[in-house]
Amino acid sequence: MKDTNKKWAFLFIAANLVLFIIFFAWPALLGVYYSLTEYNGNVATFIGLENYINLFQDPSFYKAMSRTFLYTLLGVPLVYVSSLLVSVLLVSKFTKGKNVAKIIFFFPWLVSPIVVGVLWRWMFGESFGFINYMIQLLGGNPIPWSSDGNFAFLVVLFATAWAGTAFNMLIFIGALISIPKSLYEAADVDGGSGWQKFWHITLPSIRSTSFLVILLAVFNLMKEFPMVQSLTNGGPGSDTTFIVQYIYETGFDQLKVGYASAASMVLFVVLLAFSLLQFRFAKGGKVDE
Amino acid sequence: MNKLNDRFSTIMLTTALFIVALMYLFPIVWLLLSSIKPGSELFSYPLNILPENPTVDGYVYSWSTMEFIKYFINTLIVAILTTVLTVIASATCGFALAKYNYKWLNVFLICMLATTMLPTEVIMTPTFSVILDLGLYDSLAGLIIPSINTATGIFMFRQYFMTVPNDLLESARIDGANEGKIFFNLMLPIAKPVVITLAIFSFQWRWNDYIWPLIVLSDPNKYTVQIALRSIVGADNIDWVLLLSSSIISLVPMIIIFIVFQRYIMDTSATSGLKG
Repeated sequence: MKDTNKKWAFLFIAANLVLFIIFFAWPALLGVYYSLTEYNGNVATFIGLENYINLFQDPSFYKAMSRTFLYTLLGVPLVYVSSLLVSVLLVSKFTKGKNVAKIIFFFPWLVSPIVVGVLWRWMFGESFGFINYMIQLLGGNPIPWSSDGNFAFLVVLFATAWAGTAFNMLIFIGALISIPKSLYEAADVDGGSGWQKFWHITLPSIRSTSFLVILLAVFNLMKEFPMVQSLTNGGPGSDTTFIVQYIYETGFDQLKVGYASAASMVLFVVLLAFSLLQFRFAKGGKVDE
Repeated sequence: MNKLNDRFSTIMLTTALFIVALMYLFPIVWLLLSSIKPGSELFSYPLNILPENPTVDGYVYSWSTMEFIKYFINTLIVAILTTVLTVIASATCGFALAKYNYKWLNVFLICMLATTMLPTEVIMTPTFSVILDLGLYDSLAGLIIPSINTATGIFMFRQYFMTVPNDLLESARIDGANEGKIFFNLMLPIAKPVVITLAIFSFQWRWNDYIWPLIVLSDPNKYTVQIALRSIVGADNIDWVLLLSSSIISLVPMIIIFIVFQRYIMDTSATSGLKG
């Protein structure tokens, strides 16, 4: 009896197991091997740690990595705050027109990263965009949104928040409506203000959800690529080139497969560190509860 | 006093909601308005918010320049086949992880968790070698097969099946049904909400996917919609008339899906499996 169940259990996971081995374990191991070789797509010559040594002396790698960190550092709070703001407004008993607003906030989820890039590139065009037109209408000077690295970076951040709100909003709303009403009623009796209620009841109650949203956002931003490719193509120069685009260009355009794999491994270690950190925090949260 | 306060709050917060919603809505409205402007109006300052001479010329131009029917069919084949296979594989796998108790299943669960940390974007170059070795390069199968395995889908089903009482399974076993029969006749129908939610998610992932087609495809006849769009936006001189209307066209299928399945998508309880 038990034995047939074992067969069934194996059968049930078989497809995913095979796919895991072929498209995850195999490329992962191959990546480790490539990172120790000089490989241009034809012959792989073993060179030990040379790729890693070169990588850590390569200013373009440092730039891509630090730009990615900066993007994550600024983008994650932006995504978090905008998703939470929108969700709080959508569950508040004081707002009207919730249903229409919810659809509007969710709409960007349907839009592909490529089209998100197109949208924001069109709005922030330097000589033809709507935003610069408005600025001029109000008497200001047009802003170099695409030829100045810092402004281009800012546009990427706006687009990220716009596109990232929808899904996180769903997660937040789920958490917000499950906060017991009695907590707020008790605060009302004590005469707590709206801001106090948010700070002392809402935020602590959605702690585990906040961790989830932040972790998802960190991962998504660390591996951002398609949206930026159509928005700025990494430019001007390499001011908005993030690490995945760097890996793609090194591996596929310059055919430095070994070198690109070494960069992949570094990115993997960073992502691993982030998740371990998150697990620690998540566990800490459970002890508190 | 309290009533006055409530009314004040309602006005303030509704205004805030209205302004924020407008900010989120505007980019897409601007794209839509621009796409029905004739090319001469697109770049002429001062800009008109509303098109002076609205026209669908841009769409006609897009439709005749780009082979959208071909791209739509390619993308639909990939999205539909992958979605069907993903739902079946994730459901069986999630069921096994929720309802059987073997050590190796726990090991497998951790392996699945690891895939979320090392996604394809991170190991593009070795993945490309694997695709080449398997003969999947430049084929739609090369887009479909690797995408079937998704940790999110598996966790959604695992989370759901863990809430199904074991008694239900036991009584079916006593009646002499084998595990396969129990799964397909009893468990899969119960999990219908997860099936629908994952199906919508998977369709959206595949329709909007960029990385896999970028790695796998080279023949323009096999292009998916996103790669076709990328070929316009990646040009040295962007043909905006073409790009604006093509972008709108590419959104249509997702909008239809949204209208049809809206209540499943917006049902926040369905996404709770992601917290697993």
